[in-house]
Amino acid sequence: MTTTNTITNTTTNITADNNKMIKEEAFLNISKIDMAFPTPSGSFTALKDVDLQIKKGEFISLIGHSGCGKSTVLNIVAGIYQATKGGILLKNKEVNEPGPERAVVFQNHSLLPWLTSFQNVQLAVDQVFSKTMSKAEKKEWIEHNLKLVHMDHAMHKRPDEISGGMKQRVGIARALAMQPEVLLMDEPFGALDALTRAHMQDSLMEIQKELNNTVIMITHDVDEAVLLSDRIVMMTNGPEATIGEILDVNLPHPRNRLALAENPEYNRLRSAVLTFLYEKQRKVEVMPTAKTAEKTDIEQQKNNVA
Amino acid sequence: MSLSTATINRSTVNEKMMKTLKSVFNKVTNTLILPAVGIAIFLVLWSITAASIHTSLGEFPGPNAVVKQFSALYDEHNTEREKAEAFYDRQDIRNAKKLAKNPDFVVKTRSYTGKETFFDQILTSLITVTSGFLVAAFIAIPLGIWMGLSAKLNSAINPIVQIFKPVSPLAWLPLVTMIVSALYVSDDPMVSKSFLTSLITVSLCSLWPMVINTSIGVSSIDSDLLNVSKVLRLPTFTHIKKIVLPASIPMIFTGMRLSFGVAWMVLIAAEMLAQNPGLGKFVWDEFQNGSSDSLARIMAAVVVIGFIGFLLDRIMLVLQRKVSWDKSSASV
Repeated sequence: MTTTNTITNTTTNITADNNKMIKEEAFLNISKIDMAFPTPSGSFTALKDVDLQIKKGEFISLIGHSGCGKSTVLNIVAGIYQATKGGILLKNKEVNEPGPERAVVFQNHSLLPWLTSFQNVQLAVDQVFSKTMSKAEKKEWIEHNLKLVHMDHAMHKRPDEISGGMKQRVGIARALAMQPEVLLMDEPFGALDALTRAHMQDSLMEIQKELNNTVIMITHDVDEAVLLSDRIVMMTNGPEATIGEILDVNLPHPRNRLALAENPEYNRLRSAVLTFLYEKQRKVEVMPTAKTAEKTDIEQQKNNVA
Repeated sequence: MSLSTATINRSTVNEKMMKTLKSVFNKVTNTLILPAVGIAIFLVLWSITAASIHTSLGEFPGPNAVVKQFSALYDEHNTEREKAEAFYDRQDIRNAKKLAKNPDFVVKTRSYTGKETFFDQILTSLITVTSGFLVAAFIAIPLGIWMGLSAKLNSAINPIVQIFKPVSPLAWLPLVTMIVSALYVSDDPMVSKSFLTSLITVSLCSLWPMVINTSIGVSSIDSDLLNVSKVLRLPTFTHIKKIVLPASIPMIFTGMRLSFGVAWMVLIAAEMLAQNPGLGKFVWDEFQNGSSDSLARIMAAVVVIGFIGFLLDRIMLVLQRKVSWDKSSASV
């Protein structure tokens, strides 16, 4: 009796060690998460079995059609939502509430409109470094971060006095000022015009090179994903969305958008993402006519066969 | 060629001038002339209608009679002040004489007990309404914030708020009067019972708009801002101070403005019945008095009540513009 017990114990120990080794490699481990939301007509499974291991300093893009649950993944990593199954491990510690070590850059900047850029960053710095920094150090740190995103000229302006791109910069500065282990960005440049977006992408690459942050970014923009990421995680359509394919981007740094335009590898990656999005995971827009309904049925059958 | 360009230039200059003139003219019309015309028409209609209404107290007062009563009320105020001064002078002289005769004499000063003038009553009303409003705000805003933060508490309290909100001050008044008489017993009362009764009635009625608006303001804060607070792990108190309060200030002020309006309306009714020496009592006294001037005096009070209500709202607006970050919410 005792011998059998020891044997089973050792086997479990071995498997535990094995798991530990895999998990230790991953800085951030998104471990087989399911997410179901209760709705009046029963539970709705938004995510099914999403599993992803991320190394320190890696830049990950999440791409997929709208409504596929990209934001849900990000919110679970942020700790704002709790996964119904599975979990998040950051440096082998389970994540179950929001915290400044997983700073979020929200889609619509979400700066406090009654505070200046400086004060918005200050709110974060005061909270995170309340005990470790002196007043002068905090001030310097706030200014440093605003300088990093090139916003030092408008430090004392309120959000309604600066442009959309500038607001997003301040949002990034606020997140960076928390010195997060992971930077989570939910379509940070989605609301910006093309020129400002390109400019912000360049700034982000610059900052990433300097600080070597671990980043998860949601995007709709294929070029943005290829330009910025180390890996592109492509998600299938919901419900029960999961990771469809992962694409490694091995383009050398620093990346230049003009030079890349003619790079065959860049174009291969780009078309790989496009193929995934518009052929394999084509979003079926159902129109309320008999003809289109037939058509989509046929298409779905085709997809099923594929 | 050059001639034609010159003409074109001149005509565009003329057009520009016409445009600016037009916009200035529009501004003047909208802000000055039209309101003046409106008031003038109202005054004419008032005079005509008033002349054709005959009551047991004489003809209904027109604008002229009311203006006459204003100056009469002002004169009465001045004479009453003079009387009071004379009274205090006499008292001082008397006391000084007694002291000179007998150094051990303990000086007694009595306050003047003449009747309150119209202007004293305005002041009393303003003090009562402000105190009542402040008491209400002191209860309503924290309660509203708490309700806004907790959906459960909101579900629990909301029915009570909805039921008490439409209750008329006149229904509360007898109850409040009895409770104040029963509980507020002291030999040397700090404030009079009638003041307290009016104050509590005003508070009871002006509480609800503030509770409702504050709780809605707090519960409708952008979820992104709340997530910012969550990510930063702000402690509850900091969360309320740094995020909740500033975010809901525009709504809180809307509630406060509504409440102040309600408070002022309620006050007049409360003072009438509680006999608190204010504008409401003035109206009631004049009505009971039934002299030929009474109706004109009441009408004067009506005009003053309206003006003060308007002024209070404007003061709140100025305050809101000063305090709130969202200037667009502080509109007229």
